[in-house]
Order: sequence, then C-alpha cells, then structure tokens
Amino acid sequence: MKKGLAALPLAIIATGALMATSAQAVSTLVYCSEGSPEGFNPELYYSGTTFDASSKQMFNRLMEFKLGTTEVEPGLAKSVDVSDDGLVYTFHLRKGVKFQTSKDFTPTRDFDADDVLFTFNRQRLESNPYHKVGGGSYGYFDDMGMDKLIKNIVKVDDYTVKFVLNHPEAPFIANLAMDFASIFSKQQADQYMKAGTPEKLDQDPVGTGPFQKVQYQKDSVIRYVAFKDYWRGKAKVDRLVFSITPDASVRYAKLKAGECDVMPYPNPADLKQMKADPNINLLDQEGLNVGYLAFNVKKKPFGDVKVRQALSYATDKQAIIDSVFQGAGKVAKNPIPPTMWSYNTSIKDYQYDPAKAKKLLAEAGYPDGFTTTIWAMPVQRPYNPNARRMAEIIQEDWAKVGVKASIVTYEWGEYLKRAKAGEADSLLIGWTGDNGDPDNFLYTLLSCDAVGGGNYSEWCNKDFDDLLIKAKRTSDIDKRIKYYKEAQVIFHEQAPFMPIANSVVYVPVRKNVKGFKIDPLGGFYFYNVSKED
Amino acid sequence: MFQFIFRRLSLVIPTFIGITLLTFTLIHMIPGDPIEVMAGEHGVSAERHAELAAQLGLDQPLYVQYFDYVNGILHGDLGNSLVTHEPVMKEFLTLFPATVELSICAAIFAILIGLPAGIFAAVKRGTIFDHSVMTFSLTGYSMPIFWWALLLMLVFSVTLGWTPVSGRIDVVYWIDNTTGFMLIDSWLSGEKGAFSSAVSHLILPSIVLGTIPMAVIARMTRSSMLEVLNEDYIRTARAKGIAPWRVIVIHALRNALIPVITVIGLQVGTLLSGAILTETVFAWPGIGKWLIESISRRDYPVVQGGILIVATIIIIVNLLVDIAYGVVNPRIRHSR
Repeated sequence: MKKGLAALPLAIIATGALMATSAQAVSTLVYCSEGSPEGFNPELYYSGTTFDASSKQMFNRLMEFKLGTTEVEPGLAKSVDVSDDGLVYTFHLRKGVKFQTSKDFTPTRDFDADDVLFTFNRQRLESNPYHKVGGGSYGYFDDMGMDKLIKNIVKVDDYTVKFVLNHPEAPFIANLAMDFASIFSKQQADQYMKAGTPEKLDQDPVGTGPFQKVQYQKDSVIRYVAFKDYWRGKAKVDRLVFSITPDASVRYAKLKAGECDVMPYPNPADLKQMKADPNINLLDQEGLNVGYLAFNVKKKPFGDVKVRQALSYATDKQAIIDSVFQGAGKVAKNPIPPTMWSYNTSIKDYQYDPAKAKKLLAEAGYPDGFTTTIWAMPVQRPYNPNARRMAEIIQEDWAKVGVKASIVTYEWGEYLKRAKAGEADSLLIGWTGDNGDPDNFLYTLLSCDAVGGGNYSEWCNKDFDDLLIKAKRTSDIDKRIKYYKEAQVIFHEQAPFMPIANSVVYVPVRKNVKGFKIDPLGGFYFYNVSKED
Repeated sequence: MFQFIFRRLSLVIPTFIGITLLTFTLIHMIPGDPIEVMAGEHGVSAERHAELAAQLGLDQPLYVQYFDYVNGILHGDLGNSLVTHEPVMKEFLTLFPATVELSICAAIFAILIGLPAGIFAAVKRGTIFDHSVMTFSLTGYSMPIFWWALLLMLVFSVTLGWTPVSGRIDVVYWIDNTTGFMLIDSWLSGEKGAFSSAVSHLILPSIVLGTIPMAVIARMTRSSMLEVLNEDYIRTARAKGIAPWRVIVIHALRNALIPVITVIGLQVGTLLSGAILTETVFAWPGIGKWLIESISRRDYPVVQGGILIVATIIIIVNLLVDIAYGVVNPRIRHSR
C-alpha cells in the first residue's frame, strides 16, 4: 500500500500533463526499444539505449544536432561567440526555459547559467559535491578529452557562460551537442543533496526536454508524457511509451501486430518482408559508421606497407557486402563515411585484383604468402552484422594469393582487451560516430595518441598526425576540410586498416507514423513524430 | 519429526556453501572483463581501467573477493550491480513478482492439462487417445522453448491476432506497480479492460513455459495410475460394484497422486530455468532475462546473487516437499 501511495503523485502529474489535451483523444506513440537503460543520467553511461531513454527525450544541451543531420545548431544556448585565438567560447543562454516537474521536485526558477556550471563541474571537478555520486566515473566526458581541454568555466551573468580552453579545439562545439553534455537542474541536485539522497538525481532527473519520465519498470516499460511547457512547443504526441523488447524477431512481430509504432535494429533477413508490408514504412539512411579490418603494423609482416596494400587488393569487398550485409551496406574506401564532410571522393579504392596482390607480396618478399590470423568479433554491430562470416570470406580471398589465415575469436570484453594489448595480427572492428566531426573518426582511430586505445592498427605516422592536429587547432572549416582530405590520401597510401563497409541503417515504422527521421548518429528522437488515425 | 526436519536442514548449509563457491568460480572462469564490456569500442585507458577496477573491488585477489562476497551474504548484502550500481536484492525484488506470476500460471496450465490427460491415457490404455497423449507429451518435452514460443507467437498473435505478442499489459493502461503482480495491480487499478488485458498477455507465455512440466506431469500421472490400477484393492473395489468413475477418482487417483505431487514440486526448478528463455522471447520483465543479460555483461554480483536466490528458492521448495512427504509417509520419516 505504501508503494501505491508513493505512486499517486506520479499519476497526478501524468493526469495533469494530459489535461491540456483532454478535448481530444490521447495519442500514444509506442517505441519497441531493444533493452533497459543502465540509468537515466547520460553523463554516467556509454550506451545508445541509455541515451535514447534519457538525453534524447528528457534533456537539452547547449548545442544540439539538427534533426536528421550531423549539423550543430544552438539548443539551450541562443548563440555562441568564439574568441580569435579559439580559446574562449561565450555562450548566450536562452531565457524562459522551464525544467520538468517530478514526483518530489518542483522547480521554482527557469534554466540559467548555474545549471550549466553544475552540469560540467560535476564531471570535471573532483571538488564538486556530486563528482563522486554514481561511481564518479565520467567515461564519455573524459574520452572526448573534455577533462584536459576545459581550463575553466565562468558565469558572466545569469544568462552568459564562458568556457576557457587549454588549447584551441575545433570539435569542441560538436562535443557540447553530445549526450554527456545534457543540462541538469542544479536546483534539483541541491535539493537531493540537502535531503541526503544525491543518488536520486541519477535515477529520477528532470530536464528541459520534450518528454518527462513518469514511470520506469526495469526490462518492461518506460512511460513518458509530453512536457507541456517545453520551450520549443509541446511534442506532437501526448504520451510516449518505450516497450522494452530485446529480441528483433519479437519486435518485428509487435510492429506487425500494431503493438508498436517504431522499432530499432531489424534483422537484415527481415528487411525484404518489411519492404513488402503495406502497413510498414521502411526508412533507411546511410549510417555514420565504418567497419574495417585493422592490420597490426607492429606485427610481422604487416609492418610492410606493401603487404597491407597487397591484402587490400586481395579482398573482394563487394562479395562481403552482398553476403554479410545482404545489400544493407556499401563498400567503404576511406576511414570516414561518405556522408561526413571532408570525405575525399577523389581517392580510388584498391580494386579486387589477386594478380596485383600476388605481385606486391612477391615484392615484399612473400612470393608464397605467409600464415597469419584474422580476429572476428563475437558481437553484432551496425557496421558489422556478422564478423565471423566476414572473416571467412576474407580468409578464402587471401588463400587465393597464398596467405593462409586462421580465424580467432574471443568473448567481447576479452577481445577488446587483447586487441588493445596488440595481440592480434589483423582484426575486424569498426566505429560509429559520436558527434559528426571527422576528428571523431580520424583522431580516435588513427592518431598516435590513440595507440593502445582506439588505434588497433598501432599505426603512428607523423605527417598524418600533424595534419590532424592542425585541423583540430583551427575553426576555419575550409582549412579543416583541406587537412582532412590530405590525411585521407596518406591513409590510403599507407593502408593501416582496410575499410570494408559503411552500413545502411533501417528503421521500420507503422504507416501512420509521420515525421520520424533517422538520426545519422544513431539516436531515436520522438519530438517531431505524430500519429495519424 | 523435529529430528527429521533438523537433519534435513543441516544438509542445506553445505549445499549453500557449494552454490556460492560454484557460481563464483564459474562466472570468474569465463573469460571477459566487465569494464571492457561497458566501454565497448571506445576502450578505456590502462590507468582508468585500474581506477575503475579498484572502485568496483575487481583488483583484489579472487579469494578476497570471494570472502567479501560470502561476508556480504552473511550480512544480508548481495552487493551492487556493476552496471546500474543498484543493490542486487532491490533489482531482484522488483523483477521477481513477474517471474512468480508467470510460473504460477504456467504451473496451473501444466496441472490442468497434464493431470487429466495422464489419467485418461491410463484409463484408456492402448487406445488412440493414449497413444496421442504420449506422443504429444514426448514432443512437448523435447520442444525447444525458443522455437515453440516464436511459433505460437506467429500463429496466434501475428496471423490470427488472438493474443498480444509480448509484454505484460497493453500500453494504453498505465498501471501503478503496487504489488508487482500485474493481475492484482490491474484488478486494483479498476481501469476498464486492464485486467483482461493482463490475462491475455499471460496466455502464450504460460503455455510455452508450462509445456514441459505439462508433458512430465502427464507421463508421470499415466504411469503412476497404471501401477495403481493393477493393484488388488482396485479389483476388489470394482468387484464390489462401485461406479467406475468412483473407483478411478476416489480409490486410484488418490494413491497415484503421491509421486505426481513430488514431480510437480520438482518442476519448480524447471519453471524457473525455463523462465529464462520464455522471458527473453516474450519480453517478460522477470529474473530470467535479468540473469542472462548480466552474464553477457559480466555483472558478477548480479549473476552470483541472482543464482544464489534462485537456488535458495529451489532448495526451500524441495525441503518443503521432503518434509511434507515425511509427514504423509511415516516410512520416509523413520528410515533415515
């Protein structure tokens, strides 16, 4: 009974929020999500599942990605000024932005500079009282280098905040549009801290976003109502429900039966049937990802550029696309996906040519080939739906030029750990973009700094690295494009990894769902979505 | 009697120690690192890895971790999930009612169908009916749960539209989580249609989960009945001219039921382990799905704690069956 009473205010909030629309029927949008979020604080976790449930619906950021693109536009900041030296970013905040109400927190003031300071200081300053709450590990913030980048954050007045950086960093603005930069309410945080229950902030936070969370039952359902005071205007549906359904075939069954309106991550094998279904719209977009085979240049014979080029010639990528992606992918030639700015279209890919491969191998001193291993990931990813099958195709192709490869696989955590320790000869892996900036691919996967981290090839090339650093240090977009295009040329010649595929992302929705757009960064936003009866 | 119960209970302690040791060793023996799994392709630096390991207590030698774990259990603390940071016990308690609800409904289904089918098969021994019951129950027993669930779902939910595909209740009902049992909560909510929606959501998962126990019960009932029906006192009863149904129900069934009840008790384990697959297919928010996910995430405290609780429940049920048996049958009580 106690629990029932505690839930009562929730019901009141829900009803209250729905009053506004009482004249017409309540519209509910059901999204069959793939799993339970780890929590509701996007600062603490990495997974897309958590972001979809928290940051995408409940929060806003200073800068935001324009829906359906990787372009960054102002969010809670009205505008931003950058100093000439690129070290000071001054954000002018939006006025009159309301925070949501939860069962035990009612905001008494609008969003202002204090909330911005609280959000970032919690993640970067050990002295912040909230820093240690929830484990005290802000992986994403640190991974994007924000801990080392931000020197200071200054509140100029209630609606102006200055970020001072240690060095110029062009991708900084795009980083602020990422999930970990979602703005929390300092007032709510203070209230919980005072009550001695700071951890509640990570379970039941309020944001300024289009939907407010009303109820969460682990592994079952998350319920939201549209936030009626949302500063961009109320969302088009009144209620949003995440019906948690981990199995892709079951999600599809639910979509067919009308039990959900939108579903993520369909099985590639179901796509054909979905296309033919008159009740389903199958939306697609090229994903912001790349699946590749990394050559470990620290291991013999992959230190020799001719061997890397030879194996790139020896692999029939189109066959991989046809068999592994069943059409839901395209051959990749560059380390960044084609939808990203600065993509170098003039590069000519290594065309499948076993004779040329053999010639190069002979030049490198391996006329009869050699024996090696190919590592295959044990998990499915958008950039690689079946690594085992992919490895088998590569194995066959290589055998034709005399390279005898055996396939190795480990449990996922073990795989990553050993790969980072440099144990693999060559391995299948990939990347999905975080913020739409080329730096997020090139620097994360190929810089000297990333050796021992995301740079599984362990490849460190000074000319290439210099270009990346120069591109980081300027905010002149034309210059950045030039640097990145040059970097891609070096990458192509050196072939530290073999780009294999950019996958196409499919999202099936019911026919009566309007306004849904696929986010190239992989998130699910429902603010603009409506349902026709 | 008390001595008998005491003897039974004293056996439980070594069993518990065995379970903790076994789950702890097995989950730590599988290669994999929870921190790497959490970080994914992003990776973590060696220094942050060490920092996180220290924070989660994973840097301690295994025997220290084991003793910490056992010490925690003795103090009623199963630890916190490495992923959500929530106490294992709390997560268990929010998910367990869903599993119990499903298991009870599955057990009711299994008994309601399995028992009469077994009785009739025994009475009509050698007929078509008997053969079909035996064939069906053998099929049911060997049915891969995952496949069976998807098959039923495609036929009844997608094609015929008779039952919902998955979940516990239609999304239009916003039911407060009062008891955790959806049948009760939906009834309490008083919302029109909520209760029947909850019932309809239970049908397919109960059938899927109840199929194997149903097959076992049917076969057990049949063989037990056959044995009893050949006893002298049944012949005597028949010779006395008692109505045939009376002979079967009153004289035969009562005696035949004793081993059947034991089997039903043992099916608790089958139900709880079968729930893992059934829950995954039907997106049923119970402990089965929770355990499977935590194994793949290497969430050690959840796996250890969860399995320990489930094992405890199975032990308790078996203990109760044992004791009940001892109460009913003095020969068992005194034989040891």
